[in-house]
Amino acid sequence: MYPSRFNYESPKTLADAIALLDSGAGETKVLAGGQSLVPMMKLRFAFPGTVVDINNIPNLNYHRFDSDGTLRIGALCRHEDLEHSDVIAKGQPTIAAAAPLVADPIVRTRGTFVGSLCHADPQGDWAAVMIALGGRVVVQGPKGKREIAMKDFVLGPFQTALEFNEIAIEAVIPAPAGQARGGYLKLERRVGDFATASVAVALEITGGKVVRAGIAMAGVGGKTIDATDAASSLVGQALTEANIATVAAAVAAVAEPRSDHRGSSDYKRQIIRTFVTRILTSIANSTKKAA
Amino acid sequence: MPLDEIKIGGMGASRRRVEDNRFIRGKGNYVDDIVLPDMLHMEILRSPVAHARIKSIDVSKAWDTPGVRLVLTGEMMAARNLAWMPTLSYDTQAVLATDKVRFQGQEVCAVIADDPYIAKDACAKIVVEYEILPAIVNPLQAADPASVLIRDDKENQPGNKVFDWEIGDKAGTDKAFAAADKISKIELHYPRTHPSPLECCGSIADYDRATGKLTVYMTSQAPHIVRAAVALVAELPEHQIRIVSPDIGGGFGNKVPIYPGYVISILASILTEKPVKWIEDKTGNLISTGFGRDVYLKGELALRKDGRILGVRMNTVSDHGAFFSDAQPSKFKIGLMHSAFACYDIPVAHMMSTGYYTNKAPGGVAYRCSFRVTEAMFFQERMVQAAADDLGMDQAEFRRINFVKDDEFPHRTAFGFLTDSGQYGKCLDIGLEAIGYKNFAKEKAEAASRGRLLGIGISTMTEPLGAGNSREYDILGIKMFDSAELRVHMSGKALLRTGAKSQGQGHETTWAQIVTHELGIPAEDIVVEEGDTDTAPFGMGTYASRSTPVAGAAVAMVARKIRAKARKIAAHLLEVSEEDIEWELGRFYVRSNQDRGVTIQECAMAAYSNMPDGMEPGLENNAYYDPPNLTWPFACYIAKVEIDPETGVWDVLQFVAVDDCGVRINPMIVEGQIMGGLTEAYAMANMQYITYDEEGNCIGANYMDFLLPTAWETPGFELYEVVTPCPHHPIGAKGVGECATVGGPAAFVNAVMDALKDKGVRNIDMPLMPNRVYEALTTGNDVYGMPPVRVGN
Ligand SMILES: Cc1cc2nc3c(=O)[nH]c(=O)nc-3n(C[C@H](O)[C@H](O)[C@H](O)COP(=O)(O)OP(=O)(O)OC[C@H]3O[C@@H](n4cnc5c(N)ncnc54)[C@H](O)[C@@H]3O)c2cc1C
Repeated sequence: MYPSRFNYESPKTLADAIALLDSGAGETKVLAGGQSLVPMMKLRFAFPGTVVDINNIPNLNYHRFDSDGTLRIGALCRHEDLEHSDVIAKGQPTIAAAAPLVADPIVRTRGTFVGSLCHADPQGDWAAVMIALGGRVVVQGPKGKREIAMKDFVLGPFQTALEFNEIAIEAVIPAPAGQARGGYLKLERRVGDFATASVAVALEITGGKVVRAGIAMAGVGGKTIDATDAASSLVGQALTEANIATVAAAVAAVAEPRSDHRGSSDYKRQIIRTFVTRILTSIANSTKKAA
Repeated sequence: MPLDEIKIGGMGASRRRVEDNRFIRGKGNYVDDIVLPDMLHMEILRSPVAHARIKSIDVSKAWDTPGVRLVLTGEMMAARNLAWMPTLSYDTQAVLATDKVRFQGQEVCAVIADDPYIAKDACAKIVVEYEILPAIVNPLQAADPASVLIRDDKENQPGNKVFDWEIGDKAGTDKAFAAADKISKIELHYPRTHPSPLECCGSIADYDRATGKLTVYMTSQAPHIVRAAVALVAELPEHQIRIVSPDIGGGFGNKVPIYPGYVISILASILTEKPVKWIEDKTGNLISTGFGRDVYLKGELALRKDGRILGVRMNTVSDHGAFFSDAQPSKFKIGLMHSAFACYDIPVAHMMSTGYYTNKAPGGVAYRCSFRVTEAMFFQERMVQAAADDLGMDQAEFRRINFVKDDEFPHRTAFGFLTDSGQYGKCLDIGLEAIGYKNFAKEKAEAASRGRLLGIGISTMTEPLGAGNSREYDILGIKMFDSAELRVHMSGKALLRTGAKSQGQGHETTWAQIVTHELGIPAEDIVVEEGDTDTAPFGMGTYASRSTPVAGAAVAMVARKIRAKARKIAAHLLEVSEEDIEWELGRFYVRSNQDRGVTIQECAMAAYSNMPDGMEPGLENNAYYDPPNLTWPFACYIAKVEIDPETGVWDVLQFVAVDDCGVRINPMIVEGQIMGGLTEAYAMANMQYITYDEEGNCIGANYMDFLLPTAWETPGFELYEVVTPCPHHPIGAKGVGECATVGGPAAFVNAVMDALKDKGVRNIDMPLMPNRVYEALTTGNDVYGMPPVRVGN
């Protein structure tokens, strides 16, 4: 690969990394997993003057539940860490379902969860998952830390609320009220493909009733689409065939897919409706079994 | 004790591939691994637009870049008579554009610099002013007389048509159709795809002014053809040109043609007097080099009530891109398309073919097939299924009653080929049994109760391999034979060279096995070399599954020449007359006393130390083999698929492959070839294509758009074998490199169509992406043509 010329920096501390960004005046880019940045540099769509590799900064590669059930994912936690994690398999079904569907096994060994959020690709899987889960991003700059709700973090395709001198250091998923249930389904043309259409569902269930319903979609609009309002009729209800059908239709209706070679907008809506129905039905069935 | 042939790696041994020793250790030696002293690096500036007049080119900023040694434009090439080069199909192709660009990705300028980064930076500084012309992106537009003329560079080229070509008996076919009980019609498109070897094309040209010798290291499947072409184009004497193809990372037909990059690097080396390396990137490979397919068909079968096919009509329209640079035997404009229906006993057939220029990449290479045979067999098997459905007949039975029977060989096909052997019915039976054809109705009903649609698709075909015989097959007048040269050293170890060139097929392994079979020298004692025109005997290279049928035959023949000489030496050593000598694997013995014998190794030693009076010393020879006919392997592929009607997603539940490729030299390699081919077949059926938007932008220019299946989605394949030896090939082999790519796609498509039959759907053109399947199954309509690039919003 023959990118444009660039400087490479490999700071050992977060403070140094932030200082490098701060002095770079917007010509500097963070390198996490490199699975989006490096291909863009190869194609010369991106030509940063300096690349700040954060991989040598200690204590950023983690994911853990706090004692209250809050999930924290550090900036260097890779897709595959989540895919193979016992705590995720046990405690966070939406992430567990999505992790094996992100990219391909090779990309998953390097690509990071947080980097994926920062990349803000409207077809990216993790942004949809984070919106469904009502997550937040912790960012740090020269003036210290701030937290940004995921739905305010992404401003548009490949645009985020990050200032040029800030680094996203952690993703936070609030503790669920009751039981966390959920799923992720994605239509792709082959492994490693971005979503033609995908749906993330995150429910919190107490006493057989839904207390929070988060749903978001990727691939079906110019940005990740938050369909949580469309799912709000589930709150306070037990899942039934009827309310599942209603919500599936309502979610499909807020999708904004465009017709292209992967299918017509109607087709993509049909996929969304089918996926929402399938995820919710499977939650309903397993909830019944547990009860 | 006679030698155990399998133990010494002879015919039938699933010997591990010897080349893998270096490949799996990262010790392969590909073009990009070669580094010569003082080497410069070349980058090509490609046209961003599909069709435009070049108003001006300003290269001054590129020249000013430190480290740039040379900037080449079309004008500079023209000054040396190198702006255009001949193609393998008697057309011309621009090396660097002078007047117009005619497809997106066409070569416009080249920068030669100290390193590839500089070359790339400098390319970006070249300013080209284009006057945009309308882009022609399909044959329909091309045929419109009002359309802009793409090849205004040519004399006597009034429109965009490349050729009209016709074969068969028109009057007889018309008569058969007039007498038919039923006529089955179907229209199909085989989309444009790309061979897409993982290693892209590249070359290092090294011209030495002191000796006058030009050495070119390059990715060529046919180094000797390249030498001939370079002699022609560059006007250098042939003995001063050396083409070396080192290890090649896949070819699949993509590395047969001569590309502008090769020619430019040669001129650049002559001008700079330094070695010049050009390594293409993936996008460059996908948008500018030889593609595959892009053919439309109107097919008709004349049918009798009882299921017999009375006649075939095929009308093809093909899209050749901006230059007619198909790599194929020169006489056949649409390759061997007329090999269609060779496995069926059909009285009469007629084919009309028309080719067009468009503002798309040129090429039309034989992507893992013998020149358009993939299209031929796909069209054939889709037509056959549609006909069986139209007659309301069982698809397997319909095939069976129309097959050429085992005792009907040799058989002259309706289009004039001569097939020689096969057991088509037996292959079909094995396939049907393995897929559980008898129980399928029950299985289908069970799936229906789960809301799923099941289908079975069959594809049976025999295809012509091994071009050629010199009567009929030539490339630019050079006859399509092949060659082998064998040197047996004093110790009985040997060096074998052929005119073929492996790109992953495993020649270093299998050629040795043929020698082992003929001479009893253990395979591990034989080294195989290919690809260097200074050392390899002249040959036409590897493509069209021709290596084993042609070069492989030459290997057997040269080994037999060696054996004949060794026999004379043996007679001398054993002090008996030649007639009293018998041969068993690896050893001559006296007929009357089997214990008295000499091994081939002892004969080899004697050839250098104790030869009979009057005999030339040494034990080496060569053979040029001109096959008497093509070879005709047969395959029966059957797919069972399940469709999810809510999404259109289809899964392959089972895939059965029954291959009769004649005698198998190395069964493991044969199986690898079949699995690889089926994977490519699955790709084309399911996900892969290249298309262009109305402005001529190529969609499919990288691996995010042009999809290669991974191990994850590729289905499992069950392999079965039948062996009907080829009657005219010295070891009975028929070739296998391409059967699966050729015959596979129709099995997948037929299976999906079978599942949708009840919905009234007759055809979905490839690729059968889920949205297209969903559209067909919900509307009951057929889906034609390429997936649209952008539709409304
Ligand atoms: C073949 C292939 C297939 C893929 N398929 C999918 C897919 O199906 N679904 C999917 O969601 N993704 C897919 N991806 C993208 C992949 O998930 C990336 O890993 C991810 O988008 C970016 O994460 P990264 O760590 O690699 O980020 P990088 O490439 O290192 O960075 C991406 C961008 O984010 C910025 N950035 C990264 N980390 C931070 C940080 N901590 N703070 C501030 N800015 C930061 C960088 O500066 C850069 O602009 C695919 C990638 C490839 C190569």
